[in-house]
Amino acid sequence: MGDGRIIKVSGPLVVAENMGDARMYDMVRVSDEGLLGEIIEIRGDRASIQVYEETGGLGPGAPVYNTGAPLSVELGPGLIEAIFDGVQRPLDVIWKKVGDYITRGIEAVALDRERKWAFVPRVKKGDLVQAGDVLGTVQETTLVEHRIMVPPAVPSGKVAEVFSGEFTVTDVIARLETPNGVVDVTMLQKWPVRKGRPYKEKMGPYIPLITGQRILDTFFPVAKGGTACIPGPFGSGKTVTQHQLAKWADAEIVVYIGCGERGNEMTDVLMEFPELKDPKSGEPLMKRTVLIANTSNMPVAAREASIYTGITIAEYFRDMGYSVALMADSTSRWAEALREMSGRLEEMPGEEGYPAYLGSRVAEFYERAGRTINLGSDNREGALTVVGAVSPPGGDLSEPVTQATLRIVKVFWSLDASLAYRRHFPAINWLLSYSLYQENIDPYLRELLGDKWIEMRREGMRLLQEEAELEEIVRLVGVDALSARERLTLETAKSIREDFLHQNSFHEVDTYTSMHKQYRMMELILNFHHEALKVVEKGELDLDLEKLFALPVRERIARAKYVPEENLGELDDVDNEIKKQIAELSGEGGEADA
Amino acid sequence: MLKEYKTVAEIAGPLMLVENVEGVSYKELTEIELPGGEIRRGQVLEVNGDKALVQVFEGSSGINIRAAKIRFLGKGIELPVSLDILGRVFDGMGRPRDKGPKIIPDKRLDINGFPINPYARDYPSEFIQTGVSAIDGMNTMVRGQKLPIFSGSGLPHSRLAAQIARQAKVLGTETKFAVVFAAMGITFEEAEYFISDFRRTGAIERAVLFINLADDPAIERIATPRMALTAAEYLAFEQDMHVLVILTDLTNYAEALREISAARKEVPGRRGYPGYLYTDLSSIYERAGRIKGRKGSITQLPILTMPEDDKTHPIPDLSGYITEGQIIVSRDLHRKGIYPPIDVLPSLSRLKDKGIGAGKTREDHADTMNQLYAAYARGKEAKELAAILGEAALTEVDKKFSKFADEFEFRYIQQGEEEDRTIEETLNLGWELFSLLPRAELKRVRDAYIEKYLPAQKED
Repeated sequence: MGDGRIIKVSGPLVVAENMGDARMYDMVRVSDEGLLGEIIEIRGDRASIQVYEETGGLGPGAPVYNTGAPLSVELGPGLIEAIFDGVQRPLDVIWKKVGDYITRGIEAVALDRERKWAFVPRVKKGDLVQAGDVLGTVQETTLVEHRIMVPPAVPSGKVAEVFSGEFTVTDVIARLETPNGVVDVTMLQKWPVRKGRPYKEKMGPYIPLITGQRILDTFFPVAKGGTACIPGPFGSGKTVTQHQLAKWADAEIVVYIGCGERGNEMTDVLMEFPELKDPKSGEPLMKRTVLIANTSNMPVAAREASIYTGITIAEYFRDMGYSVALMADSTSRWAEALREMSGRLEEMPGEEGYPAYLGSRVAEFYERAGRTINLGSDNREGALTVVGAVSPPGGDLSEPVTQATLRIVKVFWSLDASLAYRRHFPAINWLLSYSLYQENIDPYLRELLGDKWIEMRREGMRLLQEEAELEEIVRLVGVDALSARERLTLETAKSIREDFLHQNSFHEVDTYTSMHKQYRMMELILNFHHEALKVVEKGELDLDLEKLFALPVRERIARAKYVPEENLGELDDVDNEIKKQIAELSGEGGEADA
Repeated sequence: MLKEYKTVAEIAGPLMLVENVEGVSYKELTEIELPGGEIRRGQVLEVNGDKALVQVFEGSSGINIRAAKIRFLGKGIELPVSLDILGRVFDGMGRPRDKGPKIIPDKRLDINGFPINPYARDYPSEFIQTGVSAIDGMNTMVRGQKLPIFSGSGLPHSRLAAQIARQAKVLGTETKFAVVFAAMGITFEEAEYFISDFRRTGAIERAVLFINLADDPAIERIATPRMALTAAEYLAFEQDMHVLVILTDLTNYAEALREISAARKEVPGRRGYPGYLYTDLSSIYERAGRIKGRKGSITQLPILTMPEDDKTHPIPDLSGYITEGQIIVSRDLHRKGIYPPIDVLPSLSRLKDKGIGAGKTREDHADTMNQLYAAYARGKEAKELAAILGEAALTEVDKKFSKFADEFEFRYIQQGEEEDRTIEETLNLGWELFSLLPRAELKRVRDAYIEKYLPAQKED
């Protein structure tokens, strides 16, 4: 294959000639430094290449070598606990090679070729296997059993040999006799990132992804295998919410993509996750996490790739039969990378300079989520949940990236700057957000928590809606115009907001709330409401509402969020107190009447 | 001997197109020699075959197509550094401006730098006491953070930045520190204010200044912050210093960038700024931080003036998405005569949580901070309501919150320009203000702290 020659350099875009053999999306090596690039346009024998590294110093005449293969990721043991850049180079290896700064032309393979993994076969000689079948397992970390599967392209066949013991990722662990001859299987597979990994069948999701975040789990749940987005202006808490999900969501594998965001945030994850314990197993959360970091000052083309690198890794774990959660922060930066390359290619721009294909790219990405029956004879089920942060300029949700995202995702968590200013976190607006999975997962929740939960949730939301309406009246004519009943509604809604929805992610107990605790907390608030309502409705007109609202038990309701999961019994006592204190107050009022 | 070209084909705005060139590379530094011997500097923005597009830092006025001579220097723009840069004043391109001698370089560094590997970063967690309550108490700053001041024209952001530069210290440590100051398109008076303040306090000895004034070439501003950050990286990561970098005014920087983009006829993003403004700004802001195993740090305090005080304008908006918070200077508070007029509600320090608490500031810091925010927000809401319906429409509790909001502005936010409050003083002031509120309303503070810190309440 003849080598190409650079004829033009403009930022991350390089045009080379003599590239007649090139195919779209082939990977190339640019100049003798071997900078990674990808072909994104071909005209005659000229190819436009987006270069994943800094292009300063490149000039016409420098050679371009085609690798003949599309951008692919390496899949196998060693992914968990790793931190990769946008094109799957491990950042720790880069650091060991070149030090504190990421320079150019660094070659680093994604998976360690030296490290040995203990492979335990699950099949034996003579077994019939097909693509997707698990040949054996590697205990990759204490939390993750890595299942070594027959790669998707391999035809069905018979196991000729299978080995047991310590192997590197490139050692042969099994030989299969197939109609196409003998196939050697290693623990390492490669897959092109721009193509979704195959599965047998996709199904509707019905199990909620429990996140431990009260406003999400109670009012706007996302299902395992579903999609959600968090758009919001800066400072409204997108990243903290994403981190909370990565920490506490009950997924078996978490893939976190820092796409064009701050370097310190990735460092935060790197330093914090090994310290945090998984609520179920007590093991460090890092032991189920894969990180992709392409910070804002790293080359823009690699940012475009990072989203695909991340989701392909996530699909691979889904194929093993795991429930995987992928967080992408932020998809807007990815869209901006698309816009920049589109501008350099001098394409006709769509809205706000974004390329006309923005919507279809966004849709393609989110459609890779889902609950699936995977390849393999055991019909394993896997789920891939995708949560994307969106950073709309000026917080304006009518901008193209947000709109393209909202057309496709099923859950919308609307971040609200005015809530953030009041330090009401998570600053998710309860009136604007929605989840289209509620219906699908209600049967599951009924099973888990009982019918009363659904009722309580509806009542809670109704009170919040009523509050919004009543507040308009208060703004016009003052609180005195409201009836006692309406004032109680306001007070209870406030309690839901402050004592339930408000959640401090930096508080050791409050940061995670189980579904059962959420149930108990909501129940306390509504019990107070119902007891108080009885008194108010009895028409004791001179009953002092201020006194009712200032009952000492209300402070205990407010502090329920700080009661550790193992001491939930304490809350039974609060229930009794509610009845007792309201009865006493009502008694006082009664005596005064008499 | 370098090849000299006299093949300028086009000059348009700050851009020059040079033809028939050979061996030119992207981002290469160029020298343009005018007939009178004047030398200007430029940078290659694009090479296409034998044509190179060059951006001229000093502007193109007076350049003649036939007479100009161009040399391509085969390297990027570099800054010569050594410890002697401390105490010196340079222009926007790093040439001495103070009539002092040339720097004999220890080394020459490419001003574009390389991105710090996220794996090599150390998380910023050392509390910086600025002595300003609105920052220390509410939006705590830490070493290695990038915390911009979002201001508007006519507001005292320069005085605030100078006060922070004067007072900033890390408690309990005696370490080498330095200030790097980069002025981009600000007036002589503003620059002079900083310089004389640095002189007055003796800080000038530990400062490096890069000055590009309003009447200096606009395109030079693109290089100025990179010069400053290169100097800062040298001082921080090679000379173990804790460096505070003040960049003012990023709005002028972004405008210079827009000028280039417009001259290149690029598809504009919002308000005519180029689509890559975010990426470009991040290549400045992301150069703040700490690196594992190195003693120094770079803390950035960029200043930008929001056009029409509009926070959603692309410059503050994109900055806010990159920086670790923002300090917002408010015109309303300024009109009330409050200095520093920091509007704490929309202000934010994202890294505060790691820099506060027992052993750093005090155990009650996080709780009191949340409570002050919530109470001030509620007080301001109550005041808005009172403005419509009259004070009488407020409940007793809301009246207390309304009073709290006033006291908070006048006692907590307001302080003297020379007043250097310790963190203890700031926190105690917060507790004094809490005593204006009913105890049951202090929901965000742990009981133990209320017992310990709340001053005895007066019976009313």
